[in-house]
Amino acid sequence: MRGYLPPEYLVHIDHGKCRRCGNCVRNCAFGALQFEHGAWQQIMRIFQHGQDDLQQVFDKIKENVPDRVVADHHKCVQCHYCVTHCPEGAISVQPNPLAYRGNYHWQPHHLKNIWLQAETGGKLLTGAGNDKTYFSYFDHMVLDACQVTNPSIDPLREPMELRTYLGSRPDALEFESGPDGPVLKTKLAPAVRLETPLVFAGMSYGAVSLNAHKALAMAAKACGILMNTGEGGLHTDLYPYADWIMVQVASGRFGIDPDYLRRGVAVEIKIGQGAKPGIGGHLPGEKVDEEVSRTRMIPVGSDALSPAPHHDIYSIEDLSQLIYALKEATEYTKPVAVKIAAVHNVAAIASGIARAGADIITIDGFRGGTGATPLIIRDHVGIPIEMALAAVDDRLRQEGIRNRVSLVASGGIRHSGDVAKAIALGADAVAIGTAALIAMGCRLCQKCYTGNCNWGIATQKPELTARLDPERAAERLVNLIRGWSLELKEILGALGLNAVESLRGSRLRLRGIGLSESDLRVLGIKNAGVGA
Amino acid sequence: MLRIDAGGLHYRLLNQQIRDAVRNGETEFVLDNVNGQRYIGTGLESANIRITINGVPGNDLAAFMSGPEITVWGNAQDGVGNTMNAGKVVVHGAAGDVLGYGMRGGKLFIRGNVGYRVGIHMKEYRDMMPVLVVGGTAGAFFGEYMAGGRLVLLGLDRPDGAPLAGDYLGTGMHGGVIYLRGRPDESTLGKEVKLFDLDESDWAFLEPLLEEFCRYYGREFAEVRGADFCKLIPVSHRPYGRLYTP
Repeated sequence: MRGYLPPEYLVHIDHGKCRRCGNCVRNCAFGALQFEHGAWQQIMRIFQHGQDDLQQVFDKIKENVPDRVVADHHKCVQCHYCVTHCPEGAISVQPNPLAYRGNYHWQPHHLKNIWLQAETGGKLLTGAGNDKTYFSYFDHMVLDACQVTNPSIDPLREPMELRTYLGSRPDALEFESGPDGPVLKTKLAPAVRLETPLVFAGMSYGAVSLNAHKALAMAAKACGILMNTGEGGLHTDLYPYADWIMVQVASGRFGIDPDYLRRGVAVEIKIGQGAKPGIGGHLPGEKVDEEVSRTRMIPVGSDALSPAPHHDIYSIEDLSQLIYALKEATEYTKPVAVKIAAVHNVAAIASGIARAGADIITIDGFRGGTGATPLIIRDHVGIPIEMALAAVDDRLRQEGIRNRVSLVASGGIRHSGDVAKAIALGADAVAIGTAALIAMGCRLCQKCYTGNCNWGIATQKPELTARLDPERAAERLVNLIRGWSLELKEILGALGLNAVESLRGSRLRLRGIGLSESDLRVLGIKNAGVGA
Repeated sequence: MLRIDAGGLHYRLLNQQIRDAVRNGETEFVLDNVNGQRYIGTGLESANIRITINGVPGNDLAAFMSGPEITVWGNAQDGVGNTMNAGKVVVHGAAGDVLGYGMRGGKLFIRGNVGYRVGIHMKEYRDMMPVLVVGGTAGAFFGEYMAGGRLVLLGLDRPDGAPLAGDYLGTGMHGGVIYLRGRPDESTLGKEVKLFDLDESDWAFLEPLLEEFCRYYGREFAEVRGADFCKLIPVSHRPYGRLYTP
C-alpha cells in the first residue's frame, strides 16, 4: 500500500563496487534492501556457516549468479546503518529530489503527512525531538570572555572546579563552637555529587535496549555522574552501578517496589517531558519481552500504559504527598526530583514544586527527545528550555527559594556551549538524552517507535540489540562527557572563573544577538554591545 | 509489642519510631489516638510486621509497602495501598480516593464506601495478584486503566436506588477483573469493558475472598454471597492498539 506517498529517500547502490556480500540485506531491519531475484540470498543461507571446503564453490556461484541488491526506497529511513557498515562503501542515501510545486505555506512534509493520514486514519507517531524550524535562543546568545582588565585562567595549569551537588540547600548555615573549632549545626539535606554538571536524561529500558541502558550506567559510573532509569524499572544487571543511577517514578508505576526506591541514589517523579507535555506513554506489548517484563514487573506481551497524569496527583498538595511518601520510603536519605515539561506557566509550577518539598527540579524543553510521541504534540506543544529556565530561575530568586532546589535543564542540548549557556541562565546541571544516543550511533532517523532501530539502541529485537556493544558504547559516552567537560573548563577559564558554581545564574556573562526586547527581558540578558 | 500514643505526634516522628523499632526486631505495633498521620507502613518490607491502628490514619497508608499487615479501627483517608507490593490492609470503616493506585500485590479490605479513582492502574505480575474488596459503594473511575488484579465491589447496606459505582467504571481497563455484587447501569461503563456472568473459576476465587471479608467484618457469608454477581472484563487487551499510523 503506497498510495500517494513518494519515498522520502533514494538509496543508491554502486553495482561496480558491490560484492553482493549481503551485509546490508541482512542488516536492514526496515527491509529496505533485498536481492533482486532472491537467488543469492538463498545461496547465502545454505552456506551460512561458510565451510572452508565450500569456499571455492561459493566464489564460483557468486560470479555466476546474476543477482544484485535493489532498494525499496519507500522503506528507507536514512539511518545510515548500511552506509556505515558496507565494506565496499557502495551505498549512498539521498533525499528524494522529487520537486514539489513551491509553496511556502504547504511544505512537502505537510502534504506527505496528509497523504499518510488519508491512508491510515491514525495519529502520526514520531520519535526523537522537535525538528521544526523554531527560533533557537541558544544560537542567539553568546558568552563573555576576559580581556586586559581581568585575567583569564588557563585550565591546563590551574585547578578548575566542575564538581556539582544536586539537592536542596538550607536557607542559612548555623555553626556552634566545638573543641576543634566551629561545627556545622544545620542539618544538610541529602545531595548527589556530580564530577561534572551533566547527567544522562531519563530513558527507560523498553524504550531503549538493555545494552543502551548498561552503556549509560557504565559511563555514568566512570564519569561520576548519573544515569536515569526512566519509567521502566531497574534491570538486575545495572545493580552494580546503582550509586550512579537516579530511579524514576512515573504515572504507570512500573517496576517500583521498596527495593527499587532504595537502590537508586536519587528518586525522580516524572510529571512530564518536553517531547510530549501532558501526554502519557504507551510501550506496545510487542516490546515487552521476558527481560522487559521482569524489569517493569508486568506480564510478557502486555501493553504498558503510563496514564497522562499521575492519578494520585491532581494538585501541588498531591505532588507534595508523593514527594514525602518517597522520602518516607527512602528514610530521607535521597534527594527527590520532579521532572516537568517546559510549558507556559512553568515558573509558577516550579515554584509550587519547590514549595512541595522537591530537592531537584528537572525542566525539559520542547526540543527534548522521546521514544514515541504523537508528532503533532512533539512539534507544537511546550516552550524552549532557554526561556523556561530563565523564567524559573527568576521566579525562584524573586521568591527567595532558589536555594531550596537544584535545577536540571534539558531539551536539545547539543554541545558544551549550550551547557555553559544553560548554566549561565540558571541551571545547576544539564541532562542529555539525544546527544548521548547520538554518541552511541543514533542518526536521528526518528523511527524509535517502530522498534526497528538498526543501531541496537531503541529496540528490543535480540538480533538488533546485539549490535550495540555496551562496553564500546560506554567508552564513546565517557569520551563525550570528557570532551564536553574539557571544553567547559576552557569556557570557564576564558570567563576568568575557576568553578562552575561561579557561572551559575550569572546572566551578565551572556549577551543576546538578534533578539527582541521581550526576548531579552525574559532571558534576563543584555544585548551584545551593551557593557556591564 | 510496641504501643505508641500517636496523639499529637508528627508523622515523621511516628514513622521513624516504627522503622527504628522494626530495625530492632519489633514486629507487633499498636498505634493509639492516630489522627491523620500520613505514610504509616509506607515502604515497610518485612512480612511478619503487624500494625494495629486505633483512629484515623492519614493519606498514603501502606504506600510502597511490601509484606506487613495493617488493621485500621476507624476510617482511612486517600491513597491507601499506593503502589503497594505485598501485605494486607483491613479497614474497619470507609476510605477515601485513589486506593490501590498502581498496586502490584497484596490485599486491601474496606468495610464501607470508598471515594473516586479507586483501583486505578492496578496490575499483576507472575504470582503477584493485587486484590481490593470494598464492602460499600465506589465513586467514579473505579478500576480505570486497570491492567491486572481483582477488584470486588459489594455495595452492601446501601440505600435503595443508590448506585453501586459512579461513572466511567473500568474506563481504559486492559487487564484484570472487576467483580460486582449487583448490576451497574450499562451507561456508567467504560467503553473498553463488558459485563459477564460468573463461571465456576470465578466463584472458586471469589468465595474464599468473601469468607475472608465476612470474617473480618462479622457478616453472614450466605447473605453476602446470596445476590446477583457479575464481572467486568476488558474486551481487548490492546484498547489503544489502532490509533496510530504505522
